[in-house]
Amino acid sequence: MQAFIQSVIDKYEASPVRLLPILRDIQAEYQHISGTTVEQLTTALNIPRTQIISVIEFYSFLHATPTGQYDLLISDSITDHMLGKQDLMAYFASQLKVTIGETRADGLVSLNNTSCSGMCDQGPAGLVNGHALTRLDRPRIDAIVALINQQVPLTQWPTEFFTVDDNIYLAGLLLKNPVTPGEALKARYQKGLAETLKEIEMSGLRGRGGAGFKTALKWRFCSEEAETERYVVCNADEGEPGTFKDRVLLNTYAHQVFEGMTLCASIIGAEQGFLYLRGEYLHLYNKLQNILLERREAGLLGHNILAQGLNFDIEIRLGCGAYICGEESALIESLEGKRGIPRNRPPYPVSQGFLNKPTVVNNVETFFAASKIAVTGGQWFASVGTEQSQGTKILSISGDCNKPGIYEYPFGTPIIQVLQDCGAADVLGIQIGGPSGTFIGQDEFQRTLAFEDLATGGSFIIFNQTRNILDIVKNFTHFFAHESCGFCTPCRVGTSLLKKQLDKIVDGYGSAGDVAALEELCQLVKNNSHCGLGQTAANPILSTLQRYPENYAQQLKDISYEPGFDLDASLETARRLAKRNDAGAHLAQVEDNQV
Amino acid sequence: MSQTITIDGQEIPYEEGQTIMDAAIAANIYIPHLCHNPEYEPHGSCKLCTVKVNGRNCSACTFPAMQGQDIINHSDDLEHDRKRITQMLFVEGNHFCPACEKTGNCQLQGIAYYLDMHDNHFPHFFANREMDASHPDILIDHNRCIFCNLCVRASQEKDHKNVFAISGRGINKCLIINSKSGKLKDSELDINDCAAHICPTGAILIKRTGYQVPIGQRTYDQHKIDEISLAKEHKHHD
Ligand SMILES: Cc1cc2nc3c(=O)[nH]c(=O)nc-3n(C[C@H](O)[C@H](O)[C@H](O)COP(=O)(O)O)c2cc1C
Ligand code: SF4
Ligand code: SF4
Ligand code: FES
Repeated sequence: MQAFIQSVIDKYEASPVRLLPILRDIQAEYQHISGTTVEQLTTALNIPRTQIISVIEFYSFLHATPTGQYDLLISDSITDHMLGKQDLMAYFASQLKVTIGETRADGLVSLNNTSCSGMCDQGPAGLVNGHALTRLDRPRIDAIVALINQQVPLTQWPTEFFTVDDNIYLAGLLLKNPVTPGEALKARYQKGLAETLKEIEMSGLRGRGGAGFKTALKWRFCSEEAETERYVVCNADEGEPGTFKDRVLLNTYAHQVFEGMTLCASIIGAEQGFLYLRGEYLHLYNKLQNILLERREAGLLGHNILAQGLNFDIEIRLGCGAYICGEESALIESLEGKRGIPRNRPPYPVSQGFLNKPTVVNNVETFFAASKIAVTGGQWFASVGTEQSQGTKILSISGDCNKPGIYEYPFGTPIIQVLQDCGAADVLGIQIGGPSGTFIGQDEFQRTLAFEDLATGGSFIIFNQTRNILDIVKNFTHFFAHESCGFCTPCRVGTSLLKKQLDKIVDGYGSAGDVAALEELCQLVKNNSHCGLGQTAANPILSTLQRYPENYAQQLKDISYEPGFDLDASLETARRLAKRNDAGAHLAQVEDNQV
Repeated sequence: MSQTITIDGQEIPYEEGQTIMDAAIAANIYIPHLCHNPEYEPHGSCKLCTVKVNGRNCSACTFPAMQGQDIINHSDDLEHDRKRITQMLFVEGNHFCPACEKTGNCQLQGIAYYLDMHDNHFPHFFANREMDASHPDILIDHNRCIFCNLCVRASQEKDHKNVFAISGRGINKCLIINSKSGKLKDSELDINDCAAHICPTGAILIKRTGYQVPIGQRTYDQHKIDEISLAKEHKHHD
């Protein structure tokens, strides 16, 4: 074991910033990272053991105690729930004879939930040893159980279990006309640096990761920094439940994304880039490495690119299961081999990012669009969309519709159009922008996709009339409590309190004051949290409370105060100890004479 | 030419590189804080120092002072939120003040008095946390840790040791000790370390020094935390 670990350390040049890949490799080999391994690493990497332990404890895919040789994780996205995930999970557990959240006694298999795995268009989905499983159903589960019990290696499992489809149903401006490898870089060197940046500025391109910051401005700020060691980072963490368009872009348009990163490097003067790929997309890793290789061989990456004197290369870094690592400064911390904790701002990444050097962080789709703009010009892009939101947006559509998948629309498209195209009927409402976005109801379908109306990083989840609003909100609220990084008080404690308070109401223990208390708590978390996660964690409750107050009110009991727990049930231990079960050993939840 | 910011209508000077908290303390203005201590790098995690800067909430301990900022430090809304954040810290851990040696000297308690907090408001978490009494001179009771990170910073910045670190994620956040066993006794912590004396609550205590001052005569039994804090942290610029 020591020799294996040493080989991993050597592979990553004993570099502490590569702690995550090192731990990933060890986890993959031994299903955990033991105390002895931590000691070996602390010496070899010359970092405190606490940094290693805290990283293991932070990321969902790293463990201090062994998971099964087959580690199964089932996606807990609301879309998976809608496809029967809960029932399948129970079936899985019973067939495997394993308790959810535990490793079977023989150490062969473990089963647990995981946050949205980005396969909402082909769920119920999961991961086995990090590899994506799609379209789970009972027959497939039976097959998987047999394969595991016979200890068949993953490489011999039927390939269709791992099939991931693109499902592109509507290709627009960008998806229809991809650039050929090198095209954007050649155009950039023909036009020159200043002219290319001007084209991107003219295009009006705004960040596609959610916040919508002007891309040209970000690149310009970075290029104007005094420090000349600079970095380019492509954010492929894609953790927002219901989002999977970056998965498709990287599967089919990776050249164009890498080209966008190289373009950015040539403009800001960076020599090193990173693709931060969410761990759930492990299935794309080798494919992407090969594309990087191709690009190096074609002179589009590496030393003296296109003989223009540009030196730039890209390293792919896999995440380890943490939604917060999509937040750009947490992502940078993660790249540095640390826990994903959002930094204090200012300074912003453009001035102090990776290793405190100027860094541009952009979404996959942003780089993808920038490549095309470099070729075709800013005007071409700006002529599509609205005044404040130029160009097109790629949506990941899932939930109750006939054709869940990828759709590209000009900004300004009304929601009703989208619903027609994907075949959605009897729609109750739509979650736009994922749990951190907004829930809109039936009377809002004339609203439009745009930064100034309904902004979205791409997530578009449709719910029909058979769905229960409170189930949806509960799923989202639990998601945030699970993904809070824990740095700041309002979000760390607040998201857990939101979960408790919402569950109390949904489970029928709420009384008159409880909805008001819930709303107050929402505002508290929203207004005082350190980063976007906490600031949006209450959105599912707030946006539905505003639209469907009656759904919450219906859950409330007809009394003014109700304790948040079952009074009588909590006396069970006492009854057992006292060996009593008479009437006097029971308590009513509410005094009998009370109305 | 001196640059100024305005806090609750009072114009005060600041120097380049100062945070709002630095400028406030220099001007003898108290902004409630728990994870901040002017002797260490600002951390920005407790969020008690939240102030409104030109209409936007910011953490005073990390946000830079900039020319012309109009800052609200005292308002009903801010005080209300600060009280709630303090209540969050109380329910997250297990704080049985009457049974704690730090009672009366505890900054968490001091803040609660200052914000007129009379109950915990939120349901308790009853977290299962441990106590580590293995060290000959120092005791750590995790039940009382509020994750202010001061012991971590003190050990790094002043003692150059790295004895403490924050681990876990979300509500499972925890303080860990840098030793092979994970116990304090096997760490490099020494009774003379800054880290052993920095804790604002009763989480890190020095053994055999308890109850030297009777309860009722302790710091926050007699003075409000704003007075104490300013007396300690205010640096005179004459
Ligand atoms: C909790 C949280 C999660 C985020 N996740 C992502 C993500 O998965 N992908 C992404 O591109 N941006 C994400 N962002 C936004 C990034 O912080 C950042 O704004 C973005 O990567 C910038 O790129 P853009 O300008 O191209 O959009 C997230 C932000 C927050 C607060
Ligand atoms: S808001 Fe939540 S996720 Fe963001 S820093 Fe605070 S605890 Fe972490
Ligand atoms: S032990 Fe004390 S000083 Fe250390 S983080 Fe906890 S509360 Fe802060
Ligand atoms: S004192 Fe500023 S966040 Fe804690």
